[in-house]
Amino acid sequence: MTATETHRAIETVFRIELARLIAGLVRLVRDVSLAEELAQDALLAALSEWPRAGVPQTPGAWLMAVAKRRAVDGIRRDRMLARKHAEIGRDLDPAYDGGFETVEAALDDEIGDELLSLIFTACHPMLSPEARAALTLRLIGGLATDEIARAFLSNEATIAQRIVRAKKALGKAGLSYEVPRGAERKARLASVLEVLYLIFNEGYAATAGDDLIRPSLCSEAQRMGRVLAGLMPDEPEVFGLLALMEIQASRLAARTAPDGSPVPLTEQNRARWDRLLIRRGLAALERAEALGGARGAYALQAALAACHARARRPEETDWAKIAALYDALREVMPSPVVDLNRAVAYSMAIGPQAGLALITALEGVDALRGYASLPAAKGDFLFRAGRLAEAKAQFEQAASLSSNTREKAFFLKRAAICDR
Amino acid sequence: MRVMVMVKATKDSEAGIMPSTELLEAMGKYNEELVNAGIMLAGEGLKPSSKGKRVAFDGQSRTVIDGPFAETRELVAGYWIWEVKDMAEAIEWVKRCPNPMPGPSEIEIRPVYEMADFADAMTPAVAELHDRTSEKLAAR
Repeated sequence: MTATETHRAIETVFRIELARLIAGLVRLVRDVSLAEELAQDALLAALSEWPRAGVPQTPGAWLMAVAKRRAVDGIRRDRMLARKHAEIGRDLDPAYDGGFETVEAALDDEIGDELLSLIFTACHPMLSPEARAALTLRLIGGLATDEIARAFLSNEATIAQRIVRAKKALGKAGLSYEVPRGAERKARLASVLEVLYLIFNEGYAATAGDDLIRPSLCSEAQRMGRVLAGLMPDEPEVFGLLALMEIQASRLAARTAPDGSPVPLTEQNRARWDRLLIRRGLAALERAEALGGARGAYALQAALAACHARARRPEETDWAKIAALYDALREVMPSPVVDLNRAVAYSMAIGPQAGLALITALEGVDALRGYASLPAAKGDFLFRAGRLAEAKAQFEQAASLSSNTREKAFFLKRAAICDR
Repeated sequence: MRVMVMVKATKDSEAGIMPSTELLEAMGKYNEELVNAGIMLAGEGLKPSSKGKRVAFDGQSRTVIDGPFAETRELVAGYWIWEVKDMAEAIEWVKRCPNPMPGPSEIEIRPVYEMADFADAMTPAVAELHDRTSEKLAAR
């Protein structure tokens, strides 16, 4: 192995171990920044020792031992400094007394939920969703700051500052770094799931010409979702979100045409859907349902995605089931966009008249004003009902509202067909 | 990136000798680690090649050949499908695998082709042809 290869191998080991390493260290030193510094120290130690001595049998344990030793050394040094300060007449903080014993006890602590606790910390609701996402990618995903910046189409300084601020806020809050229990758990879990889905969607929004790091956010979110599912095997919404991400990701290769334009779901080449991810998504959905979570917001969205995934051809789509799922989704996640999709589902399940009946009520809704999908859907219902002149006006309106040139062209094409 | 990780056959695996309880336990733990790390998508063990068949192609002719097959070291005894960041990560995880066989053995890592790999050869026209064919297949 060349020196560069060894170096690369060590960094790979470090990346694999990083989340667990930081998780264990946070428990010990109760500070995310310090834990990260100690982990970096351990990496430096590995880079100097492993090329000579070889990679240890259990590299994770080696890194953790080095980092913990440094932590304890640091605390000893602090204590000695404090003692010296005391000697020269300064008061020793009484709350600090016994700190060293606490640390020694924590050293033997074999609690397995350290990683889970770190995930909950990084996704703490006191932080903005953007800060949570950046911190999660850094601490759990092991991404470098510049990678996160590129992934979020931002610059390195902004992201670095966001992470530093987030860590400071966590430090000030005096967190217990425990996995939340009871009533708090539900709210905190929602915050974790929100972040994973935000990261996933950021990747999903990437387009053909983008830096490859952006689409990789999808697999990053899926990976963390799978890790979370392993850590919380009884939480239905964790499986609901995992199912949703796996099934959506199964269409990544099919959702853009060779020229980069988006391909709508019904037009996609289903042979390009990733059957392995679909299978995994359906299994996760089954698990969510078996745990009694069929009515969860993520599980319902996953069930919707699953209806499409199960249909080998667009004509085989179970629109009646989709319509029923939207009925349930608007109860747990009320939104005009859900209502609009529900109208489309009804038009497919029953007929264009059913769609028209539902969409009329949505036309006055503020949140949908200027939203191209509304006239586009209405145009489609009118077209299918044979009311071509009215349909044409709707398609033209949709085209005027769309800021995406390809989408605009698509609506204008549909408008032109109404003249034939 | 997605990789296929193949456990190569040995004389023992070809003879159908089942793994020991210790190995099964170690493999179980390893598989659990892979799942917990979120990288394992699928995986299975294969029966010896004596239970397998080959179909040889030459022009229009098709000849069925019964197993077992001779070149043991080239045969596959089991596989995983992993989703990893890069080859270095796949190598690191393979190194952590318990020796899957009682004697010396080998594990091979092969990246799965992705659409981007065809970028040069796959002109829009070829892609469309490709799509049409596979679409018909999927619809059957």
